[in-house]
Amino acid sequence: MWAFINKLRSPKWFYAISAKLQPLFWVAATLLLLVGTVWGLAFAPADYQQGNSFRIIYVHVPAAFLAQSIFVSMAVSGLVFMVWKIKVADMVATVMAPLGAAMTFVALFSGAVWGVPTWGTWWMWDARLTSMLILLFLYLGVIALRGAFSSRDSGSRAASVLAMVGVINIPIIKYSVDWWYTLHQPATFTITGRAAMTMDMWAPLLIMVLGFYSFFIALTLMRTRSEILRREANKRWVRELAEETN
Amino acid sequence: MAFSSLNEFFAMGGHAVYVWAAWGVTALLMLVIVWHARQERRQLLNVVKRRTRRENAQRNAQPSHAQPLQEPVNSAQKDVHHDA
Amino acid sequence: MHAPQGGLMVAIKATLKRDLTLMLRRRGEVLNPLVFFALVITLFPIGISPDPELLASIAPGLLWVAALLAALLSLDSLFRSDYDDGSLEQLLLAPQPLAALGLAKVAVHWLLTGLPLALMAPLLGIMLSLPAGSYAVLALSLALGTASLSLIGAIGAALTVGLARGGVLLSLLVLPLYIPVLIFGAGAVQAAIFGEGIAAHLAILGALLALALMLAPWAIAASLRISING
Repeated sequence: MWAFINKLRSPKWFYAISAKLQPLFWVAATLLLLVGTVWGLAFAPADYQQGNSFRIIYVHVPAAFLAQSIFVSMAVSGLVFMVWKIKVADMVATVMAPLGAAMTFVALFSGAVWGVPTWGTWWMWDARLTSMLILLFLYLGVIALRGAFSSRDSGSRAASVLAMVGVINIPIIKYSVDWWYTLHQPATFTITGRAAMTMDMWAPLLIMVLGFYSFFIALTLMRTRSEILRREANKRWVRELAEETN
Repeated sequence: MAFSSLNEFFAMGGHAVYVWAAWGVTALLMLVIVWHARQERRQLLNVVKRRTRRENAQRNAQPSHAQPLQEPVNSAQKDVHHDA
Repeated sequence: MHAPQGGLMVAIKATLKRDLTLMLRRRGEVLNPLVFFALVITLFPIGISPDPELLASIAPGLLWVAALLAALLSLDSLFRSDYDDGSLEQLLLAPQPLAALGLAKVAVHWLLTGLPLALMAPLLGIMLSLPAGSYAVLALSLALGTASLSLIGAIGAALTVGLARGGVLLSLLVLPLYIPVLIFGAGAVQAAIFGEGIAAHLAILGALLALALMLAPWAIAASLRISING
């Protein structure tokens, strides 16, 4: 275990090993997303109440799950960076943030669009959308803070602290917003209506969730490798690598 | 199949705008993200390549100088032997 | 050399005294948030409607949001002047734990901004036709709430104190974290108007404060170190 952690200290090692892992996750992502898309759009039954707009669930829920998972991963990476001073952990945290923000946006957009045929309005202050919006601000804060420092190391440490503070707050915010919403909206009907889903509705959902997660891992590996290139640009192994490509 | 014809599939029972907007934006965003990541990688490799070539050229042009001109990124590093 | 216990209390008392003295000298900084609070409250009837019934129905939220923004505004004065004249660096070099000293500074900040806001709020409540029976809860919820806001805000202030345009970034960082306090603070006042559930809201505000007291000092200390050593 400690040998593994020590290996992680070497960006070069991580670069090499992620080169082998990356294709696996890209293939997995492509397959899962393809199967999930076809199944969810064309074969899964429409919802009794919501009709075909229900199919938005197949992008909304995976994006929402990812949005939250990525923030947690980002905070954990930040912690690893602060405690064990592993540069790769910070690189991973750096590249995960924009993807997390993008997923949050997808969740918000798809959720809002879904609300039009369901509630008749383009925006609804329900617990889930409100929490997602706050999460988006948290992401933007981490990204902005990291970039505001002239020293990369200071920016990394500040972003790590903020990510950790944010991750502690996320459950508190969720609980508060849930409570606030049920207090002000007596008709608590969740847009996803999870209880009512049959097997042939949630099987494609599971596949899409797995597909989105594979996409996230594959992309993170790819962008971390680029981040390694960026930060280690003056090392010999990077120069030799650049010469070999193309 | 939940739809009996292709036209029905595109129409999504009247909810076409919503379903295709949500799915379309999602797909587009994910494609853009992948494209951007690949572009980023290509650019970085090019930058490193160019810089290496420039420094090699400078080193070859001045054989008597022990120290080649380096980018300010890391002036302490001359001939990098460690590979971590 | 002082025994560690004695050393810590001495240092905390010294920090409290110094910060109190300095802040009291800068009356403007103490009064600014209060004037801002009053001004913002004045804007709402003008911008929305002077109808007392309408105002009464949204008064708890308006009062809480305005107080929250005033508290946010005051965060800049927490560390900036000490950062500028180098005394923050001295604080880092002190042998006493930075978390404790930072907590002392935040305590002074709350005493001179949060508490006054809480005490002034009932007056502004009158202007918004806040229903009777909720004034005490308004002040109490704000007193409890602004303590948490000072603690949470201090983390953001510590992270941004060294940055050129840190003020704008500070709002982005801190406001999402303020939302739970806002929900239960305004909720407490609403509960007081409808006559039920006050204790539960105040208890949760207290719990949030307890959590902030336990965790924030460490985050503040870590953030101060980053800003100064960066």
